[in-house]
Amino acid sequence: MNRLNVELPGLKMKNPVMPASGCFGFGQEYAEFYDLSVLGAVAVKAATPETRRGNDTPRVAETESGMLNAIGLQNPGIDHILAHELPWLEKYDVPLLANIAGKTKEDYVLVAERISDATNVHALELNISCPNVKEEGLQFGSDPQMAAELTRAVKAVSSLPVYVKLSPNVTDIAGVAAAVEEAGADGLSMINTLMGMKIDIRTGNPILANKTGGLSGPAVKPVAIRMIYEVSQRVSIPIIGMGGIYSAEDIIEFFMAGASAVAVGTANFSDPFACPDLIKDLDRLLEEMEVSHISELTGRSWNKWEPNLSSSR
Amino acid sequence: MKKENLTVISQENLAPRIYRMKLKGESVRSMLTPGQFVHLKLGGRHPLLRRPISICDVEEDQLSIIYRVEGQGTSMLAEKKDGDTVDALGPLGEGFPITPSDDTALLIGGGVGIPPLYYLAKQLYDKGKRVKIILGFRRQEEMFLTEAFSRFGEVFVTTENGSCGTRGFVTDAIAKAGEFDVFYTCGPKPMLRAVEKAAGTNGYISLEERMGCGVGACLACVCDLKEAETDKSYVKACKDGPVFQAGEVVL
Ligand SMILES: Cc1cc2nc3c(=O)[nH]c(=O)nc-3n(C[C@H](O)[C@H](O)[C@H](O)COP(=O)(O)OP(=O)(O)OC[C@H]3O[C@@H](n4cnc5c(N)ncnc54)[C@H](O)[C@@H]3O)c2cc1C
Ligand SMILES: Cc1cc2nc3c(=O)[nH]c(=O)nc-3n(C[C@H](O)[C@H](O)[C@H](O)COP(=O)(O)O)c2cc1C
Ligand code: FES
Repeated sequence: MNRLNVELPGLKMKNPVMPASGCFGFGQEYAEFYDLSVLGAVAVKAATPETRRGNDTPRVAETESGMLNAIGLQNPGIDHILAHELPWLEKYDVPLLANIAGKTKEDYVLVAERISDATNVHALELNISCPNVKEEGLQFGSDPQMAAELTRAVKAVSSLPVYVKLSPNVTDIAGVAAAVEEAGADGLSMINTLMGMKIDIRTGNPILANKTGGLSGPAVKPVAIRMIYEVSQRVSIPIIGMGGIYSAEDIIEFFMAGASAVAVGTANFSDPFACPDLIKDLDRLLEEMEVSHISELTGRSWNKWEPNLSSSR
Repeated sequence: MKKENLTVISQENLAPRIYRMKLKGESVRSMLTPGQFVHLKLGGRHPLLRRPISICDVEEDQLSIIYRVEGQGTSMLAEKKDGDTVDALGPLGEGFPITPSDDTALLIGGGVGIPPLYYLAKQLYDKGKRVKIILGFRRQEEMFLTEAFSRFGEVFVTTENGSCGTRGFVTDAIAKAGEFDVFYTCGPKPMLRAVEKAAGTNGYISLEERMGCGVGACLACVCDLKEAETDKSYVKACKDGPVFQAGEVVL
């Protein structure tokens, strides 16, 4: 019996598990460990119009149950990605979610338009939430009006479903979510990393060359769960949940909070087999829990308890 | 490259905070190239990331690593007892190439950059090459492996305080070591910079960069190339390296 297949706009998934953007490159490295066709989908590394060299190193630092990264959206640019990275993935039977970033609305529109032509891209994911690139991306993520405008502009040039990846580094995430839904977004991805910092007490300097970085890993999971719980009750489009998933139990928790699929980021670094192992464990756990299909769990926790969300801000 | 729970078969304290651990497992048989590394998972959710440690020696299904206790990950490694297991991914990266045309090799190692040169010295020696080895330490009490290296060639030691061998840094012993055709070096970045300046361009350097994934997917460990190629201006220390041709990357 298949308990795991889920269908989201554009993404017909064998199971609800995909690697998160930026944590899986374009798949080549992990394909040396297992057949990528076992995955529900793959969210590929962010594409920008031009080649990005990213930030200086050190770009990662470890924290309590998490990591900080300040990669800075390094990528070879849309032309190279179309010519060399995406065709390679064609041999796998797995839908792709193309992550898009840029400095201006025009950047997003250009990349969206071009990447929509790739035969194996099934949906777009607008990264309006990268905390590591100065004065870009993030501004779209923190302003509901700008986020909505960007969504509309991308919808106008692409026939693919558009997921908007929300930033947790805002005071009113549900407001941004509602605005992009209104503008035509087909789904949401949440959450991106939380802005953080680590200082080397021997030198007194921040460890990352960029000083600040995005926090990911188990440390951010409670934040992701709260935000998905809140947003999923405000919107009617599906949510791809992510942030600290390390076990099948974590995945169940994301679904109960309101997710319809999940993405796994940092766990791939701890263990290259994280995704296929999670898929197997999830199937077993659902059987144990006597859940006949994973999608029954979406939003199971809704309204069981009314958190005072406004006072927590 | 495989992932396997290797079994600890011995653990030995070589110098203050420096340990040699021997591990056993089938995947070790594929660890054939010196300069490659293993990526060890120590905690469950903390420490979260794997720790890169160089392959120091391999005998059939037995791997030796030498590591310095720095923080939580290496402390947990030091607590392992015989019979315990360590989750190891490896071999990872590109190691030291052995060039047929070069007859005399100069190996230059500093601190915990020394271990990978041991496996290299052994292979060069087995191939009939002449091997000279410069090993740099802070002080005499911190020395390790100097005896073991002497099986393969002449060993020159430097200590920063002059308590043994030449006083100063490894570069201060390069002239003493005499002629060589190719050099191989591993150690902290400032040392690599100095060696590159002093030893010329026919050589290989092994870089230590902070890593996320260790397999080439996260772009945590990139280094710039000196001569930007057309479609590529950077390399990944974990996948394209850690060993690079001298002069290839910006140090
Ligand atoms: C390719 C490669 C080979 C290495 N080989 C050896 C070896 O043979 N023997 C040995 O003693 N050490 C070696 N190191 C360094 C070793 O990886 C670090 O000392 C170790 O990761 C420190 O972990 P920790 O938890 O004890 O320290 P912490 O300081 O608690 O580590 C915190 C974070 O910093 C990273 N980090 C700290 N120091 C380094 C470093 N020098 N290089 C890269 N990342 C670092 C850790 O991986 C971790 O993510 C190697 C490093 C690399 C990149
Ligand atoms: C090294 C690294 C690089 C990332 N790069 C991107 C990126 O290019 N685009 C993006 O939308 N998110 C990026 N992210 C965020 C992840 O996709 C994910 O939202 C976040 O890490 C939370 O999930 P996790 O805790 O499972 O890692 C990156 C995260 C990490 C750790
Ligand atoms: S450590 Fe991830 S790319 Fe090198």
